[in-house]
Amino acid sequence: MSHNYQDQNQNQEPDAFGAVPIVVNQTPRLPRRTVIKWFVAVAASLQLGDAQVFGAEPGPGEPVITANGYGKDPLLNQTHNPGDLWPLTLSPAQRAAAIALADVILPADNLGPAASQLRCVDFLDEWVSAPYPAQLRDRELVLPGLDWLDVEAGRRFGDVFASLTLAQQQAICDDICFEPRAGENFKTAARFFSRFRSLAAAAYYATTAGWEAIGYVGNQPSLTYDGPPDEVLARLGVEQTVA
Amino acid sequence: MPMIRAEDATKDYDVIIVGSGAGGGQMAFTLTLAGIKCLMLEAGRGYDPVTETPMFQRRDQAPLLGNSTPDKEFGFHDATVDGGWQMPAEPYTQASDKPEEQFWWWRARMMGGRTNHWGRISLRNGPYDFKPRTRDGLGLDWPVDYDDIEPYYTKVEQLIGVYGSNEGLENTPNSPEGVLQPPPKGRAGELLAQKHGKTLGIPIIPIHRAVLTQKLDADRLPAVLFPGNTWAQKIVGDAMRARAACFWATPCGRGCSTGANYQSTTVHLPPALATGNLDIVANAHVREVVVGADGKARGVMFIDKTTGQDVRVNAKAVVLAASSGETVRIMLNSKSTLFPDGLANGSGLVGKYIMDTVGTSLQGQIPALENLPPYNEDGAGGSHFYAPWWLYQQAEALGFPRGYHIEMGATRGMPGGGNPLPDDLGDGAYGSRYKQEARRYYGSFMGFACRGEMIPNDNCFAELDNSTTDAWGIPVLKWHWLWAEHEQRMCDHAERTFKDLIETMGGTVRSVTNGRNRIEPGGKIIHEVGGAIMGTDAATSVCNGFSQTWEVPNLFLVDGTPFPSNADKNPTLTIMALAWRAGDYLVDQSRRGLL
Ligand SMILES: Cc1cc2nc3c(=O)[nH]c(=O)nc-3n(C[C@H](O)[C@H](O)[C@H](O)COP(=O)(O)OP(=O)(O)OC[C@H]3O[C@@H](n4cnc5c(N)ncnc54)[C@H](O)[C@@H]3O)c2cc1C
Ligand code: SF4
Repeated sequence: MSHNYQDQNQNQEPDAFGAVPIVVNQTPRLPRRTVIKWFVAVAASLQLGDAQVFGAEPGPGEPVITANGYGKDPLLNQTHNPGDLWPLTLSPAQRAAAIALADVILPADNLGPAASQLRCVDFLDEWVSAPYPAQLRDRELVLPGLDWLDVEAGRRFGDVFASLTLAQQQAICDDICFEPRAGENFKTAARFFSRFRSLAAAAYYATTAGWEAIGYVGNQPSLTYDGPPDEVLARLGVEQTVA
Repeated sequence: MPMIRAEDATKDYDVIIVGSGAGGGQMAFTLTLAGIKCLMLEAGRGYDPVTETPMFQRRDQAPLLGNSTPDKEFGFHDATVDGGWQMPAEPYTQASDKPEEQFWWWRARMMGGRTNHWGRISLRNGPYDFKPRTRDGLGLDWPVDYDDIEPYYTKVEQLIGVYGSNEGLENTPNSPEGVLQPPPKGRAGELLAQKHGKTLGIPIIPIHRAVLTQKLDADRLPAVLFPGNTWAQKIVGDAMRARAACFWATPCGRGCSTGANYQSTTVHLPPALATGNLDIVANAHVREVVVGADGKARGVMFIDKTTGQDVRVNAKAVVLAASSGETVRIMLNSKSTLFPDGLANGSGLVGKYIMDTVGTSLQGQIPALENLPPYNEDGAGGSHFYAPWWLYQQAEALGFPRGYHIEMGATRGMPGGGNPLPDDLGDGAYGSRYKQEARRYYGSFMGFACRGEMIPNDNCFAELDNSTTDAWGIPVLKWHWLWAEHEQRMCDHAERTFKDLIETMGGTVRSVTNGRNRIEPGGKIIHEVGGAIMGTDAATSVCNGFSQTWEVPNLFLVDGTPFPSNADKNPTLTIMALAWRAGDYLVDQSRRGLL
């Protein structure tokens, strides 16, 4: 008997106790049946034949992940880019939809550049192409989700998602951006959206531009550690208690 | 780090040390500086923190944004080599199918062991912690008391460098004046918790961690540690000079290439090697301790993982420091006609009384911390504040006898790799609104963790599983585990306390409480100790107060195995203090020809 990696959260380092609210690789397993049911539901609502929708289902058509992981002693002290350790597998259509969706979620604005400028979809592709259980689980949700986006875009606006106007893209996103409010037909799509947003943000905020966007300052050596500035202490109504 | 090949380990060694972590590193340091010739055998590969540590690497430079995988369970950049909860070549088994009766065993196979990535929290046990049974009738007393160990706590703190403050709180010892390094300034969340903790009577104070907030005083300390021994002073002074002070960036769990925190590979092993009295063989997986007809340890058998060959080495004494589980395993696998049930196991207690730390945690979101103007909160690569146990006088009323300390995470740490805006708070946000909300909530989450004392019990132990072997054919450990009611109640209390604290800070609890499951599984806090406890006689313990086994006088255990209790204080500082003391005793014994 040994521990089942997939079913337990073991990312918490005992004595490096952090407060990260959500870790990305903890999505509950979405059973394959659910994915299939989802497509059956889509098929019904679109009044399409099964064949048309199941063409989008990961399975015979999708590359099967056969690569190895990086092992228990990888080189830590060097940069690994998406694609270096295992092949990327999103199809060109899926990539296009992913890039478009990531930019709707994380657009260029006063806080920073758009997701596409920060290679977010490369990271996403690396993620859903990775040979580990949590990522394989995400693959089962993200790939059909990307395919669904194009089907839905075609149904509503007669084009693929990437070619829609921002307003059209937002109209689709509005229906799926919050699972508790999503209509019955959009529940699974909303789960996909939530997962996709998580992954895109995980990538976005891992970059130095993302650090700036969120307000992180650090990862630079300094001779002293000064603690929070007076302005922060005053706002919190606390004093620095360490000399 | 210079190492030798297995086939070159042919000198006339005085002592063989198995394992290179906190216990083995300290032992090698103590013995070699006393002129004793040592051979260190380490099952893992050689590891060089100077060249291998990913100091400033960002998450976008790591596969999967640095997230945890079954290969690297604490994330890509974590300084664990060939280890984790599961290691394909070295399995372990569980006596029960029930998750709550299983033990999680974290290991590392690398020079320096788990000290390369540990949290560096370095708390002294207090006087109560050595005499728990005397105080409340439960568990086991130590055969030593605080005054026996105090000088060694001081020496270890002076050698490795520990920041913190002296607050004079109950059973939370001060260090002598001038021994601790200055504590780092509080972070926003820590200061806020400190302020509100006060209203609840919870003392939140600077924690003690093995991080140099200043360079060690290499002109003064060596003479304090090695009075009258200019040779040792020079070696130790040089080693201290080679370590930089913390530069307030990069998480310590990745290790520290500049030696600013404690890891065996940057603090203990370099001076030990500089004495010329230490040979190290890496990839040396020890199978068993070999005993002579006189019942004394003669040496060890190990597998040279590079060649797959069995190798035998001899010495006048053997020190086991393979981490408590592995030390138990080696002892149980060392069977002979003299010791049919395993080495030094006449009491039948080898493998018994394994302890971990009681762990549970609660997260909160604190509106006061929202939308703070950006500033650098990296600090000392780990926590700055904690709360020592504060209710010693109320054990009776609380319904659980021992205490816990509170560790806390509150920081504007390096983001990325995860979703910064939980869906419920985001309320469906995407687009610029998402980015604004992520920025608003960033740094406003705090976590509080209970790290409590577990009382040893008969249900928590390890034995050999003769039906399963590791990749070299050596039987593995089978674990048994069962938390007692004390520990469950402690977690109930901790959870209520954290909820109060979060709410007093104006926040809301984020994580859901899950009743009896709130206690982390055994082993999960990675403070595994016990398994060959020290005591006052051979019938009720495996070794004496100097970590010397009763039955084999030239066999010493200097990892967590001898702990007869596991105070809430994280164990590693005590492991090092006990190892240094055992080393001094071994030197004294050998000078008197008693080995
Ligand atoms: C993430 C994390 C955070 C932690 N944080 C803290 C903290 O903040 N404070 C604290 O006090 N403790 C902490 N700990 C616990 C701490 O790491 C251990 O208590 C400490 O390392 C124990 O030292 P050791 O020498 O007994 O064992 P280790 O450091 O594990 O060293 C044992 C060595 O022996 C080797 N070995 C094992 N078997 C064999 C064999 N058969 N032959 C040869 N060699 C062998 C291993 O490869 C290893 O290198 C933490 C642990 C982890 C994993
Ligand atoms: S925070 Fe300081 S001690 Fe820790 S790794 Fe960084 S420089 Fe080293």
